[in-house]
Amino acid sequence: MTRPALRLENIVKTFPGVRALDGVSFEVLPGEVHALMGENGAGKSTLMKVLGGIHQPNEGRILVGEEPAVMANPLEAKAKGIVFIHQELSLAEELSVAENIYLGELPRKSFGRVDWATLYARTDEILKKLKVGFDARTMVGTLSIANQQMVEIARALTVDAKAVIFDEPTASLTDSEKVVLFEVIDDLKKDGVGIIYISHRMEEIFKITDRISVLRDGEYRGTLVTKETTEDDVTQLMIGRSLDLSRNHEHAEVGDVALEVRGLSCGDLYRDISFEIRRGEVVGFYGLVGAGRTEIAETLFGLRAPSAGQILLDGEEVHLGSPVDAIARGISLVPEDRKGQGLVLGMNCRDNMTLPQVGDLTAGPFVSDGAEIAIFDQYRDKLDIRTPGWRQTVGNLSGGNQQKIVIGKWLSMHPTLLIVDEPTRGIDVGSKSEIHKLIRQLASQGYAVMVISSEMPEVLHVSDRIVAMYHGELIRTFTSDEVTEDSLIQAISGIRTDGGDKAA
Amino acid sequence: MSEAAQERSARNAGGSSGAKVGTFLAKQGILIAFVLFMVSFALASERFLDPDNILGVIRSSAILGVMALGVTFVVISGNLDLSVGSLMSFSTIVVLDLHDTLGPALAILAMFGMTLAIGAVIGFLVGYLRLNSLIVTLGMLSAIHGLTLTWSGGQNMDIADKAGTWFAVFGQGRALGIPMPILMFALLAAVLGIVLAKTPFGRKVYAVGGNGTAATFSGIRRARTVFTCYLISAFCVATAGLIQASRSMGSQNTVGQGMELEVLAAVILGGASLMGGSGTIFKTVIGVLILGFIQNGLLLIGLQFYVQFVVTWIIIILAVWLDIAAKRGRLLSPIA
Repeated sequence: MTRPALRLENIVKTFPGVRALDGVSFEVLPGEVHALMGENGAGKSTLMKVLGGIHQPNEGRILVGEEPAVMANPLEAKAKGIVFIHQELSLAEELSVAENIYLGELPRKSFGRVDWATLYARTDEILKKLKVGFDARTMVGTLSIANQQMVEIARALTVDAKAVIFDEPTASLTDSEKVVLFEVIDDLKKDGVGIIYISHRMEEIFKITDRISVLRDGEYRGTLVTKETTEDDVTQLMIGRSLDLSRNHEHAEVGDVALEVRGLSCGDLYRDISFEIRRGEVVGFYGLVGAGRTEIAETLFGLRAPSAGQILLDGEEVHLGSPVDAIARGISLVPEDRKGQGLVLGMNCRDNMTLPQVGDLTAGPFVSDGAEIAIFDQYRDKLDIRTPGWRQTVGNLSGGNQQKIVIGKWLSMHPTLLIVDEPTRGIDVGSKSEIHKLIRQLASQGYAVMVISSEMPEVLHVSDRIVAMYHGELIRTFTSDEVTEDSLIQAISGIRTDGGDKAA
Repeated sequence: MSEAAQERSARNAGGSSGAKVGTFLAKQGILIAFVLFMVSFALASERFLDPDNILGVIRSSAILGVMALGVTFVVISGNLDLSVGSLMSFSTIVVLDLHDTLGPALAILAMFGMTLAIGAVIGFLVGYLRLNSLIVTLGMLSAIHGLTLTWSGGQNMDIADKAGTWFAVFGQGRALGIPMPILMFALLAAVLGIVLAKTPFGRKVYAVGGNGTAATFSGIRRARTVFTCYLISAFCVATAGLIQASRSMGSQNTVGQGMELEVLAAVILGGASLMGGSGTIFKTVIGVLILGFIQNGLLLIGLQFYVQFVVTWIIIILAVWLDIAAKRGRLLSPIA
């Protein structure tokens, strides 16, 4: 029996209020491609952060080869041969490929001068191994995303890697680029490197991995040998929980059509999208990152002009040139990036909440303190926002409370259509279920709600209907009664199971 | 207005309920420093606290102060204005030149119109075209200087009949026994302080500077807000130019040269963040006064005039450092 290249034993990691990892064990053999699967929030990224020295585990240990290893920081992890290929690239675009690969470790000559000849020679040697179409002197900024990823991989090859972790490496690759990536992985495999492969894409998992380990809710659920298993088994292990959670809400009384979208397109971002949302209805938009869902929301909020198609609110065609127009038409957007788009972190709770309507909350020429505090108090109570008072700077609140401030900000505008993009991203479990409950409540109060989420349980839990998107196309609209996890996963992977049911 | 301003500053400083010494210092450090300066200069020179001296300092700070009020808006909105010194030269020269042809009232009106027009150009470039404000206003610094020299033909400007005009009232007159420059500075500070702390527009300025994207996502017209800040800045500069022209009744082309940095220094000393989103008019006024009293105090204790440039900047850098250190709770950067 070969000994593992890398082994995690009984890792526990807790954050205030959350047990993010609950005794996870996991190993990779040399020359093995081991898939790590689980829904968003299952603990994959926390596990990888523990492995990469970004988080320290509360319990458990890590072994590299047979040596117990403590990763105090990312540099130590790298020194021990643990290399990450991140989904988000971390390259300096204005530097050459060679400089990026050897950043911080440039070969030197006397007087600290860079030994360019050696640098380029070494780099070209590595690039040759990767069979790429560019050389050491190329500026990274001129490369395609796929080739930039190759640079990241090349960087991994400069160290004596024991294990290489690929985190959603194909998210931005074309099919032909994927083929090259898989060849590289195959080569690494032959060199005896252990590979952890994180992906949501079943097709790839079954094509290149040897074993599959599944996490769910921070727990290790088991390891399957890829050749002896099926997609259904994996899905079952991933979702696992009693499936009726997905439909345990009451359907609200559905009213008139609030929003209708006809043949909406925006360049390559999304094409020919048609759907409608009625008052009292929650429509979930599910798909992989980059499927075009956020872009549709941005168009509906006046942030991104469509290239074709129509938007109708209450049956009347509208042109939304800016958020100001959208807000005036009764559209509200709780954006996906809470800190970047949703809040002014340095401002207090009240001022953030009243920001869209501060111009109307006046007494004479001045902002009315009383009117503002009244709104804040109302939504603090309604949403159970926990803060010492309205003077509290929003940046000091927890993620869940911050999100509630954003939701309160938009509810206080009494919108016709409320768009919520990734409503519970980065939020603890408790607040998460509160926000889910709140979304259902809003529907029952007659709001039309559009929920964009990358978490399947969330979409299943809150939606009356689910729109599945893949690469900018609306693949299928499910009602909550007919949807199954399998069919949803297939739809967002671009597989049309139902006889071309594209119209919503 | 100081109460309003202080409430605003309390709002923005991000203090938690457990008020620690550090947060107190971070919030009120500038006031403490101000008091310390006053006390130490008072001990070093008996003339320092003389009412005439104090009034004199405030009066000579008024021009800088008026400009700093406008720049406070620009800085809180997350931008810079390095063109104010050069623009002040322009307004001064223009109003002096037009005085003899149009008469004082029309000359002042025309000068305000032209200065605001230049402010509008800057506001358009930074607000609507989203060009980097450092580059735009640095460019405008030179361009406006060129404009001023072209206008004046490089000559100094003088009012011919100094006795036969009421124009001197803004720089040399008094009302209620208080010099007009101080009165105008105080009035403008009060009005702008209230605008910033109490009106929806003021709130939008903080939002745009604090997080422009989030402001856009909240339906705030970011470009228009930034544009208006530059108009306010230009209005303040025109007022400063008026005081300057009226005080001297004649001027060189370079009267405002270098003032952009002094103005910025006062605003920073007042604690406005160059990243935008924080600062108050009240604190800027304190910053202006600190600068004025430091320079005055250094002269009174017998230091050479030029030493003040060095000392002023040492103090500013110290102030910025301590401000940041108080915010992150340590003197040195965590990532050294």
